Amino acid sequence: MEVDREDGRSQNQLRPLACSRNILHRAHGSASWSQGDTKVLAAVYGPKAGTKKNENPEKACIEVIWKPKTGQIGKPEKEYEMILKRTLESVCILTVNPNTTTSIIVQVVNDDGALLPSAINAACMALVDAGIPMKHLAVAVCCCVAKSGYVILDPTKLEEQQKMKAFAYLVFPNSVHSVLPEGSLRVEGEPIENGIITSVTHGIMSVDDYFYCLERGRAASVKLSDFLRRNLQQQSTDSSKAG
Amino acid sequence: MGLPNASGDLSTEVEVDAFRRLFPLRFYEKHLLESIRPDARPLGRARETTIALGAVASANGSALAKIGSTTMLAAIKMEVMTPSLETPDEGCIAIDFHMPPICSPIVRPGRPAEAAPVVAKQLSDTILSSGMINLKELSLVSGKAAWMAYLDIYCLDADGALFDTALLSAVAAFSHLEIPVVSLNDDGKIVLSEEQGLSDREPVNKEKRKINLSSVPFSLTCVLHKNYILADPTAEEESIMDTIVTVVLDSSSQLVSLQKPGGTVLAYTSAIQDCIALTRQRVKELQKILEEAISGMEVD
Repeated sequence: MEVDREDGRSQNQLRPLACSRNILHRAHGSASWSQGDTKVLAAVYGPKAGTKKNENPEKACIEVIWKPKTGQIGKPEKEYEMILKRTLESVCILTVNPNTTTSIIVQVVNDDGALLPSAINAACMALVDAGIPMKHLAVAVCCCVAKSGYVILDPTKLEEQQKMKAFAYLVFPNSVHSVLPEGSLRVEGEPIENGIITSVTHGIMSVDDYFYCLERGRAASVKLSDFLRRNLQQQSTDSSKAG
Repeated sequence: MGLPNASGDLSTEVEVDAFRRLFPLRFYEKHLLESIRPDARPLGRARETTIALGAVASANGSALAKIGSTTMLAAIKMEVMTPSLETPDEGCIAIDFHMPPICSPIVRPGRPAEAAPVVAKQLSDTILSSGMINLKELSLVSGKAAWMAYLDIYCLDADGALFDTALLSAVAAFSHLEIPVVSLNDDGKIVLSEEQGLSDREPVNKEKRKINLSSVPFSLTCVLHKNYILADPTAEEESIMDTIVTVVLDSSSQLVSLQKPGGTVLAYTSAIQDCIALTRQRVKELQKILEEAISGMEVD
């Protein structure tokens, strides 16, 4: 089924990705992530001493502050903060630095669709830049379901709000390159990177559409994992040359 | 005091309540091995659910929903307003969710609960995107007057599964809603017929007193822990096992929303399918409970 998208992309094509780390010098870690015109800046401060009042002092605590591009902070920002906090809590190793707080500040520079996935990707890169211990990276994609049932990846804002009947933000662990033999890292017969860390859907879709989105999302997360790997390896060789 | 060894021998030395507080995860795992939970529920069963319609007499529509101990009171007030220029023949719904300090020891006055704006936004997204209410039904005079429905949901007791109970109370309140009769007065404004006291004035909307609800959404929250899926968690279960999945299905089995905000356990396809199957069962149960509540009201 050929689909006409405004910017001429195919169904499964992601927008051009760009990522740079260590752009803010006061923050302990920072990253900027852009997917097409959507651009998000993330900064990490931490670990700092002490946890908030109701949090478990035997684990590290993560605090997320979401700053929209314009306007006051309202319920959508609080929801994004909660989703980001829980996603990053499941990705970071919380037992390494107990009774500490790591703050992640996300600033939206431009919103052109797939905002939450871009923010999750930016936050992960910023955590890597800050050296916070993590189990794996969280790779986030956005899948949209159209009225006729086909699924497109990485929609622009116009596509998300007007043309599509539903969308899903999916976050998977990054793909694993392992020296162990192929079958040993599987859980329930599926590789680890097929597990969903976070899923947020909006709009009505059928259950089969959702599972189709999951398949497409997994394929896209492999591509994104490769991009992240290349980006991180390249930047670490650059900084070793400088030092 | 030595550290307890892996086989949990301490359980013979310590009282059950103390063990439950000190080692909550081990307490739960001992139960899960026998496929049961501390309140004697099997893993896939939700708590007892009741709905009472018409709890607030002064509101146009109201309902009190209880799932186990979690209690939510929803009330709808209708007001006439001018519709916006982009949608001249559509009304509007404003949804707000409050967690007053009465509901939980964690919520203190002056410091709003973290869960409140999140549940409010999720409720609003679910109700508006599910298409349960056709906004065109809320229109009175195209371009001049339409209904604004203010739905307020108060959490009276927060014991887990807040979103499920809130959605159920909102749906019940809308099914109980009775739109007040209005008529046009001399200045061309819409007024409530009872206020005017003029029975000879033609009411504008005499026939349409109840809203038509199509594709009603129902939800189920599940908690994932290792290989177990626990349906309808209590607040204690939600705090020890942090992977929560909320599935909202409507009456035609379409997926309205599937939220899984992070969590230690990764959800594979089989776990998602199990959650959706549990939700389908729950939708049938809730539909029956709602129908019984509505027919109970009509008899009165």
